[in-house]
Amino acid sequence: MNIIACVKQVPDTEAQIKVKADGSGIEEGQIKWVMNPYDEFGVEEALKLKEKNGGDVTIVSVGPARAMETIRTALAMGADKGVHICDPAFDNADAYVIANALAAVIKTLPHDIIFCGQRAIDDDAGQVGAMLAEALGLPQLTLVTKLEFAGASVKVIRPIEGAQLSIETALPCIVTAQKGLNEPRYASLPGIMKAKKKPVDVKNAAALGIPTDAKAKVAKTIPPPARPPGKIVCGDDPAQKAAELGRLLREEAKAI
Amino acid sequence: MAKGVMIVAEQRDGALRKISFELAATARKLADQSGDEVSAILLGAGVEGLAAELGKYGVDKVFVGDNAALEPYVTEAHAAVAAKIIKDNDPAIVLFGASVQGKDLSARVAAKLATGLATDCTDVKIDGGKLVCTRPMYAGKCFGEVVIDAMPQIASLRPNVFPAAENAKAGAVTKVDAAVEAQKSKILEVQKDTSGKVDLTEANVIVSGGRGMKGPEGYAILEELAEVLKGTVGASRAAVDAGWRPQKDQVGQTGKVVSPNLYIACGISGAIQHLAGMSSSKCIVAINKDAEAPIFTKADYGVVDDLFKVVPELTAVCKKLVA
Ligand SMILES: Cc1cc2nc3c(=O)[nH]c(=O)nc-3n(C[C@H](O)[C@H](O)[C@H](O)COP(=O)(O)OP(=O)(O)OC[C@H]3O[C@@H](n4cnc5c(N)ncnc54)[C@H](O)[C@@H]3O)c2cc1C
Ligand SMILES: Cc1cc2nc3c(=O)[nH]c(=O)nc-3n(C[C@H](O)[C@H](O)[C@H](O)COP(=O)(O)OP(=O)(O)OC[C@H]3O[C@@H](n4cnc5c(N)ncnc54)[C@H](O)[C@@H]3O)c2cc1C
Repeated sequence: MNIIACVKQVPDTEAQIKVKADGSGIEEGQIKWVMNPYDEFGVEEALKLKEKNGGDVTIVSVGPARAMETIRTALAMGADKGVHICDPAFDNADAYVIANALAAVIKTLPHDIIFCGQRAIDDDAGQVGAMLAEALGLPQLTLVTKLEFAGASVKVIRPIEGAQLSIETALPCIVTAQKGLNEPRYASLPGIMKAKKKPVDVKNAAALGIPTDAKAKVAKTIPPPARPPGKIVCGDDPAQKAAELGRLLREEAKAI
Repeated sequence: MAKGVMIVAEQRDGALRKISFELAATARKLADQSGDEVSAILLGAGVEGLAAELGKYGVDKVFVGDNAALEPYVTEAHAAVAAKIIKDNDPAIVLFGASVQGKDLSARVAAKLATGLATDCTDVKIDGGKLVCTRPMYAGKCFGEVVIDAMPQIASLRPNVFPAAENAKAGAVTKVDAAVEAQKSKILEVQKDTSGKVDLTEANVIVSGGRGMKGPEGYAILEELAEVLKGTVGASRAAVDAGWRPQKDQVGQTGKVVSPNLYIACGISGAIQHLAGMSSSKCIVAINKDAEAPIFTKADYGVVDDLFKVVPELTAVCKKLVA
């Protein structure tokens, strides 16, 4: 099987995000960069499929030079090779541009199944998987929590509000991974050593021949609206506190 | 020239979902600023009868695509029909719901139309003739104001944030060609959640429990409180990872992002990843025995005490209040 996993490097979930004074983005200085957690599920599922059915796993990532670390992490987990799309032309890319960049590379590689994360936890757009599917003309299965491979097709479970869908799709297709799909493995020490020697092809925008103008632009980044300071509910015992809380929720907050 | 605001309504099992009314009312507000028309796309099998309901919330014209192949929802089929309706009618703005289906569909449609999309917006306005979308990024740690330099400008709106105000318009039906190719994906089964509880992303009230609940049995008191407040029970990741609650209950950066009217956090410390998922709630209550817990920095009302004592009392109080 030829399996592709798309990974994005994002700020660690612990990161405190500080907006630049001029609103042009966020301060990147203090940030620790990691693989998008949903992409870990995608890489893990790719590796499990390979282990069971043979084949190889290619990691594709668009990002600045530091994104190479994330590609190496995926290789250390067990993926075979990588493609790093690296060009300042992508600095202001949106999901549409990223999806087309990924598609330009993936078109040149054999592919039976392509994994993305259901969303990147920085921009939270949740668009790339579906846009990539459109660019490649393939069916998409988003938010997948279970996957069964059946030769020429896959059967997946995807949760929707108040229900679960079981869907079968002919390969090749795009799957976006949701938490619950699996437990991603950690890279082992030998894995990390081996990863250093695995091939990673670095490509620039010109090599892909795609436009890099974003359609969606973040005109301004702003800090979240400040919440007014809260109240600590007073009372001598739990019953009094509960009564006072009930009153406040009813009369002041009008929430019940 | 592209003109007017179009919404993509969402229905399931022959009933419109609440987000559809939120979309209609928001579209009406935007369109009224320029005296434009609001239209809607409504896809499914035998759904024409729902058009009038959209009219109630401000939709002038409803494009109905009726085809058994559109029921239940299959991405590629819906995307093909929706994209064609959009192309044929050339709206300046298209709004989707940022529900599971809306997110899945909007990205595919935006790619088909080679335009940009702002996902999960919490505010939309017109500024200088352009749509300006405010959306949380980094799970609400900051917000971005997104503009789209292509037509149509597409946005998906976070459920439960935009008011669904009534404003009766015609809701006149135009039937459209809804033929689709044979699909590569097939829905084998729809397994409904039989608990009858509203999904966290749509709930007005959420009673959430974390590691402080001590075990799965602890949630019984939260279920009782939720029952009284007609709410849904949520959980922190610690509780989900411990196997006390199912994955679908997780609130946070790697779970669901929620914005209910009332969020009651019980025995949850308020880790940054949890706060990310619930800080856009309208009213936040924290019940925690540790006065230093970070959850209190986001709470409108905090109770510092043992939750096992406070929650049952609160349930009793609420029972009287809602009676
Ligand atoms: C103002 C601004 C500045 C930006 N600066 C940069 C920059 O400096 N460098 C840069 O690379 N991008 C930059 N981008 C692009 C941006 O970070 C996103 O990659 C793009 O908007 C896609 O949206 P998302 O990350 O929310 O993806 P989502 O659609 O949420 O991601 C879903 C999945 O798609 C895949 N995916 C997403 N992005 C990538 C990727 N880059 N490579 C591989 N797979 C991916 C992953 O599997 C991911 O889990 C910038 C965007 C804006 C608006
Ligand atoms: C990549 C990544 C993603 C993550 N994503 C998420 C996410 O999406 N959602 C999420 O929730 N977490 C997420 N986390 C985990 C997060 O960092 C915290 O570990 C988690 O939220 C802690 O859960 P908790 O508050 O229930 O537990 P704890 O932090 O252990 O807090 C338990 C609280 O209960 C209180 N308590 C105990 N007993 C009582 C009592 N009898 N009465 C009153 N109070 C009591 C304690 O004082 C304490 O404050 C993520 C972590 C990582 C690394």
